[in-house]
Amino acid sequence: MSVGRITLWPMSTTAAVEAIDLVKHFGDTHAVDGVSFVVPEGTVLGLLGPNGAGKTTLVRMLTTLSVPTSGTGRVAGHDIVREPIQVRRSMGLTGQAATVDELLTGRENLKLIGALYGLPRAYVREATERLFDRFDLTYAADRQAKTYSGGMRRRLDLAVSLLAAPPILFLDEPTTGLDPHSRSGLWAVLRELVDEGTTLVLTTQYLEEADHLADEIVVVDKGTVIAAGTPTQLKDQAGRASVVVTLTHAADVDAAADLMRAHSPEVHVERSSRRLTAQAGGLSDMTRIAAVFEASGIELDDLGLARPSLDDVFLHLTGRRAEAQPGAETATDASTDATPEGATP
Amino acid sequence: MTAVRSQPTTLSPTERPPISPPSLLRAASTIVWRNLIHIRRMPEMLLDVTVQSVMFVLLFAYVFGGAIAVDGSNYREFLLPGIMVQTMVFSSAVVAMGLTSDLQKGFVDRFKSLPVPRPAVLVGRSISSLIHSSIGIAVMAVTGLLIGWRIRNGVVDGVLAFLLLLLFGFAMIWLGIWVGSLMRTVEAVQGFMFTIMFPLTFVANTFVPTESMPAWLRAISEWNPVSALTQACRELWGNGLPAPADAAWPLQHAVTVSIGWSFLLTAIFAPLAVAAFRRRSRD
Repeated sequence: MSVGRITLWPMSTTAAVEAIDLVKHFGDTHAVDGVSFVVPEGTVLGLLGPNGAGKTTLVRMLTTLSVPTSGTGRVAGHDIVREPIQVRRSMGLTGQAATVDELLTGRENLKLIGALYGLPRAYVREATERLFDRFDLTYAADRQAKTYSGGMRRRLDLAVSLLAAPPILFLDEPTTGLDPHSRSGLWAVLRELVDEGTTLVLTTQYLEEADHLADEIVVVDKGTVIAAGTPTQLKDQAGRASVVVTLTHAADVDAAADLMRAHSPEVHVERSSRRLTAQAGGLSDMTRIAAVFEASGIELDDLGLARPSLDDVFLHLTGRRAEAQPGAETATDASTDATPEGATP
Repeated sequence: MTAVRSQPTTLSPTERPPISPPSLLRAASTIVWRNLIHIRRMPEMLLDVTVQSVMFVLLFAYVFGGAIAVDGSNYREFLLPGIMVQTMVFSSAVVAMGLTSDLQKGFVDRFKSLPVPRPAVLVGRSISSLIHSSIGIAVMAVTGLLIGWRIRNGVVDGVLAFLLLLLFGFAMIWLGIWVGSLMRTVEAVQGFMFTIMFPLTFVANTFVPTESMPAWLRAISEWNPVSALTQACRELWGNGLPAPADAAWPLQHAVTVSIGWSFLLTAIFAPLAVAAFRRRSRD
């Protein structure tokens, strides 16, 4: 279980975004209750949590849409409460619902936002061509956005957010409601942006998405941070890894189970699939078990180390599954195979 | 998302374009531009001030009109100013629905994330609503001219009456912004606005002379701001007699009183509207 301890936020780099004890109450509801984190320049922070955890409220405060009840934050070094205009100049926001203007054409949407930024017309024209080309929207540039598919709207929304080339981009559930194909396409675009040096702060309910994109993950539940770290750190925290062995011959199952019990107290046997799972501390346990099988002459199809998924992490932290929230848009999510086995860490 | 190109166009943050946040006026006019495109793309948005109003004119002029006696004028001339005032009152519903829709669809959020003076949304929305209602007034005027309505007291008074309508429309817009900021859905706004607009425009001298109403209702009607404005337009355009001697005080001084009402209503609703919009946009 030893991935070299990476310091959570290396202090040497400059912070692009900081949340400093942010609090937001709506009447008696404590939507956000004292959240702090730091996002170094050029990295991706994933805010992970179920519906209603406070992720959107956090993003709304950091992007100056919502005024914190207390606490503050900094975006590109500017205070979100005292210097909102500076903050707005330094960041782009892609909100939860694609906020493109449906009655305007794609091109007009960019023209509108360009005029509101006060960008030179020539730049807006040039940037529109470039962004539409990059997001494969050129063929639809002069069509009203209401004729766009969900994925096209998200891309247009992202193009709008990128028009002023912000060094920091906030994305609130960027892929919610997208089909898996559009989702992976959007992920590719986001990674390109990171490669170019953009700092991303994204919220998501999808563990897979956080795992895939984020350098650091902050897990939020009921308005507070319940865990933070790299995806690997969080997985380590959730529980131990296990060694999974698949035998070539069903006849070897009992002998193999005995062998493994000698090294691990808990061995789970699935006779039908010739699969044995043993609790393990990490890589060293795996190599030891591999050596034992090598010596025993029992033939193996496969041997590997299974780490807990972020889904297990969430379950471990909150006692609930992350994606089984009522009303959550998980219909398109292919998470059905990632379920109950190992549900109790 | 098949073909998100992986060509090497960069958006390197070091090469940012110059951002020069627009003035309130420039931002507002950009929003007016956008709202007018909406009207052009969805001309049915204008139905309320065009087809519906024309139907009202025809309905009242030809169906009810024969049964309504008006002293010193024919009913169609009496009716036209009333319908125009009704159109202006409905400005508030227009602005409220537009604003709620922008709030609901996230346009206001998008706007708030930009380095733009925040009142620009409201200013832009007000101006485009006034344009919207003015289109209605123009349609009314043409319809009126076709069925016998005339401006009989000269250009100056004629124009003054139109200005009074716009001034009142401005006051109504603040009412609309207030309601639009308080309500969550366009449907709710529509339901609420029509519930208050109908009594407001019907319990008045807009469609019938107030003299025939029971005393208590007549008093309410004659103190209704809508009545003073209607009376003012009738007097300025020469569409009918001055208010009867026993009419309430506001009708005796219709022009002055309607200006007064416009200012008073603006003074009441503008602060409420701005406060409600601010509160709504803080969260």
